Amino acid sequence: MKSLILHTTTRLMMAVLVLFSIFLFFRGHDEPGGGFIGGLVGAGAFTLYAIAFGTEATRKILKVHPITLIAYGLLSLVISGIIPFFTGEPFLTGKWLMMEIGGSEIKLSSPLIFDIGVFLCVVGFIVAVIFALEEEELPANTNH
Amino acid sequence: MDFFSIAILGVYILLSLALLISLVRVIVGPTLPDRVVALDLIAFIVISFIAAYSISSGHPVYLDVAIVMALIAFLGTIAFARYVIQYSNKTKSEGGHV
Repeated sequence: MKSLILHTTTRLMMAVLVLFSIFLFFRGHDEPGGGFIGGLVGAGAFTLYAIAFGTEATRKILKVHPITLIAYGLLSLVISGIIPFFTGEPFLTGKWLMMEIGGSEIKLSSPLIFDIGVFLCVVGFIVAVIFALEEEELPANTNH
Repeated sequence: MDFFSIAILGVYILLSLALLISLVRVIVGPTLPDRVVALDLIAFIVISFIAAYSISSGHPVYLDVAIVMALIAFLGTIAFARYVIQYSNKTKSEGGHV
């Protein structure tokens, strides 16, 4: 859509939306948030870009095909499920790794990898649907 | 009843009135742009509802819902605007009326 206001606002809002999506994603385990809602907000950023600049420009900044994102998301879901096999525990058991770097504690876990998978799946799915809808032509005979 | 709960009650009543009036505009609205603007207004009144409820209940978590809605709500309006532009271009080129 050709509009100076929309283009300028989109450049500002993209950063805010992506930042908020990452914030929601990392807060997810103990408080409201997580991979799903973070992915929805992140997909909202790409939807806004697709409406303002067209799908071609959005494909260019996304770098990979949305379906590829879904595939990598499923791969990381499987990886998070396989990790507990190495200690002889059932599939998808949550494993935690506590590290201390520079006086602050960093918690790495297999649920985090699972959440990254959910995030990628949601972003890939929503962006694929939006691209399909955006690239569709208006029907030839509209009877309103 | 202290001042705080009276103020919250007043906010709820005023917001409900605003919601009702914009609903009337959605139903009556003579043209499509009127309805689109009214729907946009309804989304932002809902955001105000969430913020007021967050204050009255004392849970700041609800403010995140308001932030997400404020970031996303205008997407629908932009999509509607796009549709209106496409549709008017199409009918103009076919010589029809909007």
